[in-house]
Amino acid sequence: PAFGLFIFTIARDPLRIIILIAGAFFWLVSLLLSSLIWFIAVKASDPQDERLQKGLLIFGVMFSVLLQEAFRFLYYKLLRKAIEGLVALSEDGCSPISIQQMAYVAGVGFGLMSGAFSMINLLADALGPGTVGIHGDSQLYFLTSAFMTMVLIFLHTFWGILFFHGCEHRRWWEMAAVVIMHLTVSGLSFCNPLYVGSLVPSYLLMAAAAAWAYLLSGGSVQNLRHFLLCKC
Amino acid sequence: MITFMNNSDSEEEPCNERTSLMSAESPPVPSYQDGLQASEAGEAQAHRKRRAGSSRGPNNITGGETSGSGVAVRESALENEEEELTLKYGAKHVIMLFVPVTLCMIVVVATIKSVRFYTEKNGQLIYTPFSEDTPSVGQRLLNSVLNTIVMISVIIVMTVFLVLLYKYRCYKFIHGWLILSSLMLLFLFTYIYLGEVLKTYNVAMDYPTLFIVIWNFGAVGMICIHWKGPLQLQQAYLIMISALMALVFIKYLPEWSAWVILGAISIYDLMAVLCPKGPLRMLVETAQERNEPIFPALIYSSAMMWTVGMAKPDTAARGPSQQTWDAAEDGREHLRSPSHAESQMSETRSPVPPRPVTLEELEEEERGVKLGLGDFIFYSVLVGKAAATASGDWNTTLACFVAILIGLCLTLLLLAVFKKALPALPISITFGLIFYFSTDNLVRPFMDTLASHQLYI
Repeated sequence: PAFGLFIFTIARDPLRIIILIAGAFFWLVSLLLSSLIWFIAVKASDPQDERLQKGLLIFGVMFSVLLQEAFRFLYYKLLRKAIEGLVALSEDGCSPISIQQMAYVAGVGFGLMSGAFSMINLLADALGPGTVGIHGDSQLYFLTSAFMTMVLIFLHTFWGILFFHGCEHRRWWEMAAVVIMHLTVSGLSFCNPLYVGSLVPSYLLMAAAAAWAYLLSGGSVQNLRHFLLCKC
Repeated sequence: MITFMNNSDSEEEPCNERTSLMSAESPPVPSYQDGLQASEAGEAQAHRKRRAGSSRGPNNITGGETSGSGVAVRESALENEEEELTLKYGAKHVIMLFVPVTLCMIVVVATIKSVRFYTEKNGQLIYTPFSEDTPSVGQRLLNSVLNTIVMISVIIVMTVFLVLLYKYRCYKFIHGWLILSSLMLLFLFTYIYLGEVLKTYNVAMDYPTLFIVIWNFGAVGMICIHWKGPLQLQQAYLIMISALMALVFIKYLPEWSAWVILGAISIYDLMAVLCPKGPLRMLVETAQERNEPIFPALIYSSAMMWTVGMAKPDTAARGPSQQTWDAAEDGREHLRSPSHAESQMSETRSPVPPRPVTLEELEEEERGVKLGLGDFIFYSVLVGKAAATASGDWNTTLACFVAILIGLCLTLLLLAVFKKALPALPISITFGLIFYFSTDNLVRPFMDTLASHQLYI
C-alpha cells in the first residue's frame, strides 16, 4: 500500500520525488547515528550480560526514536527554507508545493525508508528456504512483520503531517504528541511475540493519527461522506 | 578473459584519448559564463544552452566526456532571467537524471544478485597489476593503493593525450577510436553478458539465434548511439552500456582497490574539472575557443534533441575498459548545465543544421540534462559492489542508492548555483562510500538485532 501511495500521489511531480528521497535520506542519517551510539554502547559493555544487552537494546531503540523525531524537525527546517527559496524563484509568487504536501511527502519518505529497512532483508530471506521460526518462534512471523511494517509506514506519514502542522502553528503539544506516539509504538513492539499486544494498539493509534491528520488537512466528516457517496 | 581484457585495455587507451578528444571536438556550446557567442551559431547554441541551463541546475549535465575542463560550461550571462526558470524546471530535470541512474543501478544490482559470474574472481585487469591475495593487511592495503595509482595515472595519461589530440585537431583518430570502442562494447560484452545470464537460468540457446540477436542488438546500438535514433532507444542503449561496463569493473577490480579507486577518482574528478590547469578544463576551454562543440561522446542526454543521433562518443567511449575511463572522465568532468551539454550534443550530432533552424528546434525540445556516462558507471559500480560484497545485503545497497541520489541532487543544486560544469562524482561517491561503510558496520548489527527481536523503531 505504501508503494501504491507513492505511485499515485508522488510519482507525478518531480519535486515531490526529490523531497521524498531527501526525507528517506534524513531518516537514514538518523538511523546511522543511532546505530552508532548503540554500537559504541555495546562495544563498551559486557557482551555476556543478557539483561544488559536487552537493556541496551531498549535504550538504543528509544534513542533512535528520539533521533528520528529530531531529524524530522531538522528536515522541517530545511523544507521551510526551501519553500522560501521556491517562492522567491517562482514566477507568480506562490510556491509550487505547499507545506502540507511537503509534510505528507516527507512522512512518506521517512516511512518508506524505515519500512524498507525493516522488511527488505526479511523478504530476501523469504525467497530462500523456509527456515524462519524453526526454533519455536511464532509462525506468524512474516505476516505480523508485514503488517507491522505497513502500520509503521502509515504512521510515519501521518506523523509527518501532524508534526509539520505542529511546527507551523507552533503547537508544541502536537509535536510532543507525535513523539510520544512514536515512542509508544516502538515500546509496544517490545512485547512482540505476543502479537496482540503490539499490533492491535498500533493499528488503533494509526487510526487515531489518521483521523487527526485528516482533520488537520482540512478534511471533515462531510467531505468524507461526500467523497464516498459521490462515487456511486 | 584476461586476453580480451588486455585487448580492451589497449583499446581503452586509444578510446580514452579519443573520448577526451571527442568531447573536445564537438564545438563547445558557449557556456553561460561566456555569455556572448562569437558566432551566431555560438549564440544559438549558447542561447539554447542558457535556456537549458537556466532551466535547471539539476540539468547540469555531467558531461561524461573526459574533458574535465568541461566544467567550464557555458554559464551564460542569461543566468538571471533564467534563474527564475531554473528551479521551476529544476526538479523535472533532476528526475530526468534520477530515472536513468536508477535504472542502471537496478540492472547492475539485479545482475549481480542473480548471475554468479560477476562475483567470481577470475583475474584482474591489466590496469590493476597488484594482486590482493596477500596474507597481511598491510600488504593488501599497499597493493590496493598501488593499483589505484596505476589506474589513476592511466586515466590522467589518457586524458592528457586526448586533450593534446584535440588541440592538434586529430579528429579522425578520435572518431575512429570511439567507434572501435563502442563496437567492442556492444558486441563482445553483450555476448558475454548474455552467455552468463543464459547459463544462470539454464536456458538453452543455439548459436545462430545468439548470433542474430547479438548482431541486431549491436548494429542497432551502433546506429542509435553514433548516428540517429529515437531518444528513448538511445538512452536505453547508453544505460545498457553503462551497466555492462560497471559489471565488468565490479568483476575485475579487486575488493579494496575498487573502493580506493572510487575515492581517488572522485578526487581526480574534482581536481581535473575545477583546477585551472586540469586537463578537462583545458579541453573545454580549447573547445570553446574554437567554438566547437565538445564531443558529446559519453554523455547521456535526457532531452530529446533532434540531433539525437549523435550519441556515438558515448558508446564508443564505453567500449572496453578504455571507454569506461573515457566515459568516466568525461562524465566526471562535466556536470554542466544542461543546455550546455545539450548544445554540444546537438551540435556534435548535427554538424550542419542551419543555425536558426537548430535554434528553433532546440528550443522546441525540452531542455534536458546531460550526465556523463562515466558517472553512471561509477555510481553503478558503487552500488553493485555494495550489493555484491556487503553482508547486510539489501539494507546497504538501499542506503548507498539513496546516498548517491541525494549526492546527485546536491550536485545539480550546486550546478544551478554556480552554473559551471561541475564534476558529478565527488559528492555522490563520498556520500555513497560513507553510507556503505557505516551501514555495513554500524547499522547492520543494529538492524539484525532489532529484527531478531522483532522490534521496530
